[in-house]
Amino acid sequence: MPLFDYIPWPLRLERRQKPSAAMRIWSSPLAALAMLATGLLVFGALGKDPVAAFRVFFIEPVSSVYGIGELLLKATPLMLCALGLALCYRANVWNIGAEGQLTLGAITGGGVGLFYGAALGHWVQPAILAAGVLGGMAWAAIPAFLRSRFRTSEIFVSLMLVYIAQLLLSYLVHGPWRDPAGQNFPQSQPLPDNALLAPLLDGTRVNVGFIIALLLAGLSWWFGTATAAGFRMRVGGLAPAAAAYAGISERRNIWLALMISGGTAGLAGICEVAGPIGMLQPVVSPGYGFAAIIVAFVGRLHPLGVVLASLLMSALYLGGESAQMELQLPASVSGLFQGALLFYLLAAELFIGFRLRRVRRAPAAPPASA
Amino acid sequence: MNLATWVTIAASAVGAATPLMFAALGELVTERAGVLNLGVEGMMLVGAMSGFAVGVSSGSLWLAFVAAAMAGILIALVFGVLTLSLQTNQVATGLALTLFGVGLSAFAGRSFVGLPIRPLPALHIPLLTELPLVGPLLFHYDPLVYLSLLLCALIAWVLKRTRAGLRLRAVGESPAMAHALGEPVTRIRYLAVLFGGAMSGIAGAYLSTALTPMWTEGMSAGRGWIALALVVFGTWKPWRVLAGAYLFGTVTVLQLYAQGLGVHVPSEFLSMLPYVATIVVLVVICRDPKTILLNQPASLGRSFHSGY
Repeated sequence: MPLFDYIPWPLRLERRQKPSAAMRIWSSPLAALAMLATGLLVFGALGKDPVAAFRVFFIEPVSSVYGIGELLLKATPLMLCALGLALCYRANVWNIGAEGQLTLGAITGGGVGLFYGAALGHWVQPAILAAGVLGGMAWAAIPAFLRSRFRTSEIFVSLMLVYIAQLLLSYLVHGPWRDPAGQNFPQSQPLPDNALLAPLLDGTRVNVGFIIALLLAGLSWWFGTATAAGFRMRVGGLAPAAAAYAGISERRNIWLALMISGGTAGLAGICEVAGPIGMLQPVVSPGYGFAAIIVAFVGRLHPLGVVLASLLMSALYLGGESAQMELQLPASVSGLFQGALLFYLLAAELFIGFRLRRVRRAPAAPPASA
Repeated sequence: MNLATWVTIAASAVGAATPLMFAALGELVTERAGVLNLGVEGMMLVGAMSGFAVGVSSGSLWLAFVAAAMAGILIALVFGVLTLSLQTNQVATGLALTLFGVGLSAFAGRSFVGLPIRPLPALHIPLLTELPLVGPLLFHYDPLVYLSLLLCALIAWVLKRTRAGLRLRAVGESPAMAHALGEPVTRIRYLAVLFGGAMSGIAGAYLSTALTPMWTEGMSAGRGWIALALVVFGTWKPWRVLAGAYLFGTVTVLQLYAQGLGVHVPSEFLSMLPYVATIVVLVVICRDPKTILLNQPASLGRSFHSGY
């Protein structure tokens, strides 16, 4: 296959005999390296010393116990959302609304904590976590129902529901759930103390959510490789026609994928509210649900990959904050890196199935039908 | 509620519909060539930012729109290289384009936040604009509004009546067949993708220099996604996309005037309307599987490579 039809190009793509196992593992690290190189170039272009910028961005944030705690803390919602999304994408279900499901989990879990926190006593933490999971599931049930019943694209529905969930949260904290003693700030009362997830380690803020996320990663691995339901979902994603012929229910796969990913995203939401935030406020996530899409792909839709990729993405968030404070770089620089990372990854994945070959004689621009 | 208010509402609905039209018509052409570009939101934001930046720095809004179109083309080119030359998954790459566009525009546009700009002026046609009712309703918009209508007619004509349109549709329906007939499938798809990028860029610049003359991060607020949904709603036909855009423009604007109309619902719920409406119209359109099956370009979203 010629790379570009009409540009004389010394390289061409050739399909490999079989997919490269090495590239399957190395495509993500390669993409991360390419992103790093881009980052250094951007820092240089902004007139910062690239080496110093690199240190501020990647080393300093994690050079203390507190910093490592922050790394794990921010990795938690990313990991939770991305584990569910990876399962979805494997099943060819394009849930891109994890941000909305996260927001709803924050609302339902936070609501239970705010209004029933005192009554629930010892049960409050399991109760709010369960409420968060159910909230995320309920939000994901809408695209699941519309897709399986009316064939409405879950891409659009799940994305539109992000805006709706954020507006709902905004309404609640500006209106009925606003803290009367909050000096008119749009925020709820703080969650009762017994509802707050305690730090795992003194001097850090990382909480039990991270442990749950790791357990879920293990569970997801088991689900994907050792259960019939996981197998059916993968077949449904890889070969829908074959799956239908084998009697695998597409409807069931859609529901399962969206319920799992909605649940994990909802859990991510309540872990934020009952963890570092401690109350409901108009914005409960700096786009974790969207960044998790990148995490899922960079993790190559594999639980272990997702765990590693969420740590990388969390480091990008921390680096962005650190660069903002010390180098006066805008925090949005991490958004730029996230997008670039996904581009590089998609390009690198090409080399799993293809390889580059030098063309000895540069071909004269062939008719494009060549 | 008097007649003049209704005229104002109708006129602002047209304004709100115009960016949706540009973005949706661009995406329509891309999709008719068989390429699904989910990066409209990102391309719009990049267009909005670059249009605003050039408009503020140069003082010329025409330059702003040219710059926005160029920026849209450039970023669509990234999408084209990845999906058309490197055969990446179109859905994933489109999502990447949106995420990248959000980050890039926020990063590059940070020094332009909060700056004022003189918005695109409305045309003043002697006599016609001064007519009562009809004047403000039909003859008092900025030139881009008329351009979007012209563009719709042009695209409808090209797609239906010209050889170029036939080739584009052939590539979208059956790239293998078009290839066998000697059509440069990849080149045609590139052009369609770049056209979509230019239109999204213009749509973005319309947001930041005409509709709400300012630049803020993420200012498109899902309009790119609504434009994508409009293409489905319009079953890939330009005039129906136009109707859909005006419908959505009306929904968006009614929410702003709802308080004045005596509707006492918290503003957040009114702001949800366009998003809820998007879901509702998609469900209505998709309910009958034949509607989609008969109208959607048959190869939409699938990569094509010519063998080897």
